[in-house]
Amino acid sequence: MPILEVEHLRKSFGQTLVLDDISFSMEAGDTLSIIGSSGSGKTTLLRCLNFLERPDEAIIRVRDEVLLDASHADRLSAQETRKKRLHFGLVFQSFNLFPQYTALQNVMLAEELLARETPGWKTHKAEITARIRAHAEDLLREMGLANRMNNYPHQLSGGQCQRVAIARALALSPDILCFDEPTSALDPELTGEVLRVIRGLAERNTTMVIVTHEMAFARDVSSHVIFMDDGRICEQGSPAEVFGNPQQERTRQFLSRYRDEN
Amino acid sequence: MEQFLQQFPVVFNSLNVGFLQTMKLFFVTLLGALPLGLLLALGEVSRARVLRGAIKVLVWIIRGSPLMIQLLIIYYGPGLLAGSISAEAAESNWFLAFLRSCKWSGGEDGRFTAAAVAFIINYACYFCEIYRGGIQGIPVGQEEAGLVLGMTGWQIFFKVKLLQMIKAILPPISNEIITLVKDTSLARIISLQEVIWAGQAFLKGSQGISGAIWPLFFTGVYYLVANGLLTVGLAKLEKKLSYFR
Repeated sequence: MPILEVEHLRKSFGQTLVLDDISFSMEAGDTLSIIGSSGSGKTTLLRCLNFLERPDEAIIRVRDEVLLDASHADRLSAQETRKKRLHFGLVFQSFNLFPQYTALQNVMLAEELLARETPGWKTHKAEITARIRAHAEDLLREMGLANRMNNYPHQLSGGQCQRVAIARALALSPDILCFDEPTSALDPELTGEVLRVIRGLAERNTTMVIVTHEMAFARDVSSHVIFMDDGRICEQGSPAEVFGNPQQERTRQFLSRYRDEN
Repeated sequence: MEQFLQQFPVVFNSLNVGFLQTMKLFFVTLLGALPLGLLLALGEVSRARVLRGAIKVLVWIIRGSPLMIQLLIIYYGPGLLAGSISAEAAESNWFLAFLRSCKWSGGEDGRFTAAAVAFIINYACYFCEIYRGGIQGIPVGQEEAGLVLGMTGWQIFFKVKLLQMIKAILPPISNEIITLVKDTSLARIISLQEVIWAGQAFLKGSQGISGAIWPLFFTGVYYLVANGLLTVGLAKLEKKLSYFR
């Protein structure tokens, strides 16, 4: 059973069609990389999955549960959208950490706010908070940030910020973790440490969708690759197929330009 | 010199009483205008188009006209309106009867309430525009990060945006607060017995002192001291919020 199925997703901004008939699916534990030139719609696709944009047409299923059927005209209530969103996590290109909170507080905040809505919160506040804190500390240690937990974002390097952001997204244990060009705001040296962390997650079978320009990384780490061009899926398959033996002229063109640069 | 030393205790006493009224107006205005301005700002960035338009018009009127005129209209307006309604007309219509009863109570209490209303509305409009800038200046990524973490709109506002907004608006708000200390003197126009009024009394003659202009000059010292203390306090607050960027 696929963990995620997207069928016939279409999205336009005004007159511009940015995503046209996007369909794909992935299994639990898969790492799906989405590659393609800037403006090909990769980021918009991730934003649709995370309910930051509403597709004009689409059926999105997670574990056979229909999260979104855009043909149903009625808008989801804010409460429903919130619940459905939690199937996905999103790591942003620009981190978007909350500057007034420490690394640890950034990771704890959302889980704590959700815990407040549970019936036992008032009576077991201390235990629940301690559990959330322990969980957040584990995640930060896993990200190699054991000695950075009480630092504020402005005291951290870009790579450290992005690792905090990954821990923050993991804290809510999403079914599918999405990355929107997670290393594009980082210099090459810092890129390495973030990619190492994502590679570690892949090895532990975290289900991930990664929009990236790091071709070598996408080839190594993915179980499945989608090449997007001009709002459409131009080619998809295993990394060996897409990188080793691309069928489409457009894919060859894109990959050769990439090879020239390196 | 001897005359000055004789006058000083009397004047000092009187100015202190006046300045108490000045400070009362200052704090009541802040207490009312800071939250009201936030409500107006939230309305101005909301999706309700009619509300947005209405607030824009209000802000235009209040910021576009002198506070002194607003004070006069708010203080004398209701009385003039009530006076134009005859007793017979009020008897036949409950709404006219209501309007006829809308008057500020006479005396210092009525003047103070009218002044507080005028100052709160006026300063709320200035604060509103500062808040709006603060809200809109927060990167959209902050809101999106909150959304994908399953936060509600209120949680995002109170837990994520509010403190960042306060930090951003503190310098312009400090500026307005310092201006407010001095603007309270405008309430003199409706004879509120604040510090300028108290100083001026000795020019016309009060408590055996007349023709003395120095008490009026001396009121400036009160404003300087108050603003000095405020400047120090606000700078401390700004420093307290410098732990994040």
